[in-house]
Amino acid sequence: MKEKTRVEDVDRNMYDFRYDEEGYYKVDKGLTPAIIEQISKEKNDPEWMLQLRLESLKIYNEMPIPDWGPPLDGLDMDNIVTYVKPNTPMTAKWSEVPDEIKETFEKLGIPQAERESLAGVGAQYDSEIVYHNIREEVAAMGVIYTDLESALWGEYADMIRKHFMKLIPATDHKFMALHGAVWSGGSFVYVPPGVKVEIPLQSYFRLNAPGAGQFEHTLIIVDEGADLHFIEGCSAPKYNIANLHAGCVELYVAKNARLRYSTIENWSKNMYNLNTKRALVEEGARMEWVSGSFGSHTGYLYPMTILKGDYSKCEFTGITFAGKGQNLDTGLKIVHTGKNTTSAVNTKSISKDGGLNTMRSSVLVNASAENAKSTVDCASLMLDDFSCSDTIPVMDIRTQSADIGHEAKIGRISDEAIFYLMSRGIPEEDARAMIVSGFADNVSKELPLEYAIEMNNLIRLEMVGSIG
Amino acid sequence: MSQLLDIKNLKVNVGDKEILHGINLEIRKGETHVFMGPNGAGKSTLGHALMGNPNYEITGGSIEYNGEDILEDNATDRAKKGIYLSFQNPIEVPGITLANFIRNSIDQKTGQRTRIWEFRKRLEETMKILNMDPEYADRDLNVGFSGGEKKKSEILQLLMLNPTLAILDETDSGLDVDAVRTVSAGVKEFQKNEECSMIIITHSTRILEALHVDYTHVLVDGCIVETGDRSLVDKINKNGFEKYMKG
Repeated sequence: MKEKTRVEDVDRNMYDFRYDEEGYYKVDKGLTPAIIEQISKEKNDPEWMLQLRLESLKIYNEMPIPDWGPPLDGLDMDNIVTYVKPNTPMTAKWSEVPDEIKETFEKLGIPQAERESLAGVGAQYDSEIVYHNIREEVAAMGVIYTDLESALWGEYADMIRKHFMKLIPATDHKFMALHGAVWSGGSFVYVPPGVKVEIPLQSYFRLNAPGAGQFEHTLIIVDEGADLHFIEGCSAPKYNIANLHAGCVELYVAKNARLRYSTIENWSKNMYNLNTKRALVEEGARMEWVSGSFGSHTGYLYPMTILKGDYSKCEFTGITFAGKGQNLDTGLKIVHTGKNTTSAVNTKSISKDGGLNTMRSSVLVNASAENAKSTVDCASLMLDDFSCSDTIPVMDIRTQSADIGHEAKIGRISDEAIFYLMSRGIPEEDARAMIVSGFADNVSKELPLEYAIEMNNLIRLEMVGSIG
Repeated sequence: MSQLLDIKNLKVNVGDKEILHGINLEIRKGETHVFMGPNGAGKSTLGHALMGNPNYEITGGSIEYNGEDILEDNATDRAKKGIYLSFQNPIEVPGITLANFIRNSIDQKTGQRTRIWEFRKRLEETMKILNMDPEYADRDLNVGFSGGEKKKSEILQLLMLNPTLAILDETDSGLDVDAVRTVSAGVKEFQKNEECSMIIITHSTRILEALHVDYTHVLVDGCIVETGDRSLVDKINKNGFEKYMKG
């Protein structure tokens, strides 16, 4: 496990040479097996991984772009190779990072070194050290927490091969196929049977690595009776000049285990976030999602949970905040297969300044899922007259014994409530932020304290335009 | 005592409809004025217009507070200048506890952070006056409070924020006898400060029994039709508003 995700080591000569010889736009329109082979070679893939990449590429080139969600016109699909080229973020300069992002870093009080790193333009600073310390701490418990590339050659290579893109195959959709072909970076976590990890593990440290935040792959296996909380990302904006993010998260929750997966996504607002996440939950196990989506220009995000084992449970708590120029299509999918399975969904969406929010929930209860229970509760808050919020619930129930509930509420921020707070001396913008934070309260409560504070800061930032 | 509030010929619209047709009112420091009147007379409109509710449009007249024109001030500014409105229907705000909200409001007013221990002590003492379970301090603002608890929460905020003019909008409505007595005790506590003035809007008189009253105004159809002293309260209590109503 000495190998690290060092995309910056990739030699760009091959690409440069090709541009020189054939011309940039004429040749590099699509992805070719030669490009994939080169990526694979640079990453020191095992042979099976190369094959997986090549198969994924084939699927990618055959599949259509999804046409049922927010428009993807801003993606340069004809020139997809520009998203795939390693080293892209490293070519960026701090001076090229948009002012808006720099200001946000400032307001969130993030130190300069970390800012540059988060923006993907700096050195790795000390995050490696922090990451290393956490790794040692959990390693003492027998937990494996490492980057995926080096794990491919380690003790757990077979386990990875058995699980990698098995839960979410490349055939799932075009961007998953792309991911399969070009994935790079990410985390591998294995928690052995019965081990309860007390501190949350955070992928934040891994994603800081330059270039590792775009097609990263997260594979987590929580073995029987084990317990883990994993936190993905952080609330500071992640800036990447390549504006496509197609990550993949595969979560395996074994018998009687529990996994909590928390995300606060705040990509910069040029990003097309097409992330795919899925969990497979065995008998008596429990999957908990906590999801906050604030960033991105366009988002397609629907974490899926398969309640395979009897008495398995899923709890989903999510919030999406769509502001000016954002079209965020989020939601979730739950499949009940085991008997006596339970799912509880609680989502909030906030739209402001013309932001578009679409909330899709899909609950499938298979005939085998006797006595399944599901409750879905979606609430939307619109902060002005020209923002938009849609709720699209789908329920497919194939057994008589299921107990299903769905509730959707769409509301506006009430003038009376703002006046009430103002009449106590609270400034109007603070009053609005207070009401929105209150609306988001059920999500904040699920987050570790420092993230809850950051999320509230983020809401204030979105609402007020500055942190008071 | 010097003058606190001076309202001249105040006209207020809600939507396209004029509700108040030219109100004149002077309140000096330390005075308590009672506004009585039938439903729909414009009593609450007066309270909200004074507090600066943007849904109540002032179409004419003037409001001076401490000699300053406050018509351009929004509710936040007016609160900072010392005006307080106790709402008839207090709003539920999840995500912030009653205690934190009050502390936040005090901080906004004073411009500095209140010391937590002093604050908690004062809060607990004040809650005792109002017979409030101290557990309510750490519950979300008005969320799931009963009608009576919400009104107590309003008076608690009044006592903690200690404004120079308190407007009580139907604070006694919908309360049982015991709750009215408790709320009234809270208001009496506020009256102890001789500098503080009050406008009590009510259409019953129970809350007034134990309180000091300087003036009583009868508001009918957006106009003050009679002004008197405390004895007017008893008169209305006996005879109702019938004699003021247009036949």
